[in-house]
Amino acid sequence: MSETTETAVGAEVWPYPIRYGQVKRHESDVVVLGGGIAGVWAAIGAARQGAKVVLAEKTVTARSGAGGAGVDHWQWAADNPCSRVGPEELAQALIDNQGGYRNGISTYIQCASAYQALLEMEQMGGKVRDVDDEFKGAPFRDEASKLLFAYDYDARFVLRVWGSNYKLLLRKECRRLGVKIIDRISVTGLLTRDGRPGSQVIGATGVNTRTGEFNLFKARAVIMCMSRPQRNWTFSSELRGITTFRPPTNVGNGHAMAWRAGAEFTMMEKSMRSPFASPYSYPSYGVGNAINTWFACNIVDANGKEVPWVDCNGEVISNFDDRYRPAEGQKFFIMGGGSSSHPHPGLKEYAGPKLIPDLAERMQNGEFTPPFYADLTSMPDHERRVIWGLNVGEEGKTRVPVLQTYSQAGFDPEQDMLQTYDFLRGSGMREPVSPQERTFGEQGVCGGLVVDWDLMSTLPGLFGAGDLIYGSQDHSHAAATGRYVGRRAAIFADGQQDEHCDDGQIADEMTRVYAPLGNGEGNGGGMDWKELNAALCRVMQNYCAEPKNAELLDLAEMWLDDIAETEVPKLVADNPHKLMRALDVLDILTCDQMIVHACKARKASSTHLHFNRLDYPELDPPVWHKWITIRRDGDQVAVGEMPIAPWGDFESNYQSRL
Amino acid sequence: MQIKNTEVLRTPNSPTPGRPVIFNQEKCTGCNICVHFCMEDIFVPAARKGELPIILYPEECWYCGNCVDDCPVPGAIALNHPLMQRVRWKRKATGEHFRVR
Ligand SMILES: Cc1cc2nc3c(=O)[nH]c(=O)nc-3n(C[C@H](O)[C@H](O)[C@H](O)COP(=O)(O)OP(=O)(O)OC[C@H]3O[C@@H](n4cnc5c(N)ncnc54)[C@H](O)[C@@H]3O)c2cc1C
Ligand code: SF4
Ligand code: SF4
Repeated sequence: MSETTETAVGAEVWPYPIRYGQVKRHESDVVVLGGGIAGVWAAIGAARQGAKVVLAEKTVTARSGAGGAGVDHWQWAADNPCSRVGPEELAQALIDNQGGYRNGISTYIQCASAYQALLEMEQMGGKVRDVDDEFKGAPFRDEASKLLFAYDYDARFVLRVWGSNYKLLLRKECRRLGVKIIDRISVTGLLTRDGRPGSQVIGATGVNTRTGEFNLFKARAVIMCMSRPQRNWTFSSELRGITTFRPPTNVGNGHAMAWRAGAEFTMMEKSMRSPFASPYSYPSYGVGNAINTWFACNIVDANGKEVPWVDCNGEVISNFDDRYRPAEGQKFFIMGGGSSSHPHPGLKEYAGPKLIPDLAERMQNGEFTPPFYADLTSMPDHERRVIWGLNVGEEGKTRVPVLQTYSQAGFDPEQDMLQTYDFLRGSGMREPVSPQERTFGEQGVCGGLVVDWDLMSTLPGLFGAGDLIYGSQDHSHAAATGRYVGRRAAIFADGQQDEHCDDGQIADEMTRVYAPLGNGEGNGGGMDWKELNAALCRVMQNYCAEPKNAELLDLAEMWLDDIAETEVPKLVADNPHKLMRALDVLDILTCDQMIVHACKARKASSTHLHFNRLDYPELDPPVWHKWITIRRDGDQVAVGEMPIAPWGDFESNYQSRL
Repeated sequence: MQIKNTEVLRTPNSPTPGRPVIFNQEKCTGCNICVHFCMEDIFVPAARKGELPIILYPEECWYCGNCVDDCPVPGAIALNHPLMQRVRWKRKATGEHFRVR
């Protein structure tokens, strides 16, 4: 057998036709920008409503986005028949657990309709229940419906699902409904009525990532589903490949273009330390641990000694089954394991079982000996098989990278213990990272587009769903909000007239997007996208990390502006692929500027927002318990605010839009 | 020590990690399905039909495994984690140590 690695040697002619400057036009009732989880569900929702739908995706809709390589946890499906907690109560708990800084509108939509979306997934051919009776009799299985649950086996609002092929099925459904899918279009800008920022959104522009062709999308309603910014504080392509937890193509293009168009954003000041973005991290879900996909796996030390678990009251859990039950006096718990998505510890009321918090000290005292291992061998059979086989296997990026690769290398969950690098220094959950190694969008709920109960932004005609809207996250959230926004946008589109796209706006955008192509000559003094990305991260690390103050933030703004003036005009791209990456870095710069503006606007520290201002050290003063909004207004930034719960009554607002 | 005197070229360093996937030349049909499904578009088709795809941008790989999952020929393409990221484990009964290869 000969194994080869074909890497590029020498320069050959670009394999695709080059169409720089050529324009292709598309017209529809609804255009969906970004064909990830939210995008395909939005297209389906709009098409079912009878709208003519075009979907533009930067890569390949069949697999693109954070959910294209799978999903194992269908979160917060309080509408499923086995849930002991209703949508309203669960949504409120999730919001409270984030100190109020979670999007109540989209969280409620998720809690009230995630299961409905899952049933539709099942109709498309997705496996959502244990039809093969693999887990018959397991405590996490409902015998009547054959649904499997995770975390809190009493409360039953998180389902375990077989999601590794869901994206392929969703694309098929889009096709069946007549959605016109256009892959390999990196959307670059929004078109507005009369070409003016701040007015109604009537279309978008994009560049083909293989041919460089310019694409124009004219529509009566525009739905953005392009996820969120990444690579703002950390960037490396040399250690483990591009260091992002979500796909590297998710860089906040949607944030940047909506900002340029004058839409309002909130919570852009929140960022957090994150091992997710570390260039030294391991394959996701591919090391021994006890959270998320691996909850609640036995962890043992080098001598096989088990690390104890405690409940939210700090009581040691002696009965194994109690790792999956609420504690004495607790109604239900959220996640458990010391959740990775809540950098703030969250409320004790909703805290799940986790490993002892003082492991590091006890290791120092000699009670435990590193390294530690996840010991699946000592887990009950059904728990071992569900973690290694279902969760690891269906979870995004685990089927081939972990389950298949490790099994082929000989890993056997019945005999072997997988090392946990997170606990090497006894850090309990994840390797601590420096205050400068931060992330905006890799992890947790973060800042994004302000939307109302129609999931429409502050610009008429511009809608959003999924990870791109403020204070939201999760696959089931993207599905539920996508499905919902598709319908709302189609209804909106129905009442709109035909608009004329402004030629000047289109010409300006063409000049902007093709600029890096003109800079290649001899490469003398040219600026590569990678070098620019790394330099932007450096500015953010130095002046917009932890802690912050007015001086530092002023310097951040100054240096970002300086780079925009000095190095950006030298940005080089010599083929359509590199042009896409170069334009991405320009949008990363725009997102950085948005972040700095938002940080300057919040003049108070906050634990929930991971926001530490030396010049305003008081933590979470009540007058600052509100959302700070930012919007571009000409050359100025307009700062505003929203009350902490601007959404009003969940039930009536939601029901009136069904 | 005898080192064969081949022509020495002035080659630049390659990006690393530079081998996110490994093709098996005997099995790969060069159908380019992996090129189509790669969500980071790191490959380009070979200049000649039926030849192995070219890994043009190895350092942009997301290690999602979709290309492997969607390849119609079992064993034609394998994911190759960066050496730095190859996880280790221990066999409980014997205490032997292993790792991803
Ligand atoms: C490895 C992994 C595992 C996960 N597991 C779970 C889980 O088990 N349960 C759970 O609830 N959540 C999980 N998540 C999170 C979940 O996948 C995301 O919350 C969800 O996919 C968000 O959907 P989205 O549509 O907003 O973004 P995405 O699904 O990421 O889609 C964004 C899309 O926009 C496209 N795009 C970006 N920019 C442009 C542009 N300029 N032009 C055109 N298109 C563009 C992208 O290519 C992509 O297709 C996981 C995430 C990862 C990374
Ligand atoms: S690796 Fe598989 S999918 Fe890719 S070209 Fe070869 S046979 Fe086709
Ligand atoms: S692992 Fe994913 S990103 Fe890497 S080459 Fe395969 S499909 Fe592309």
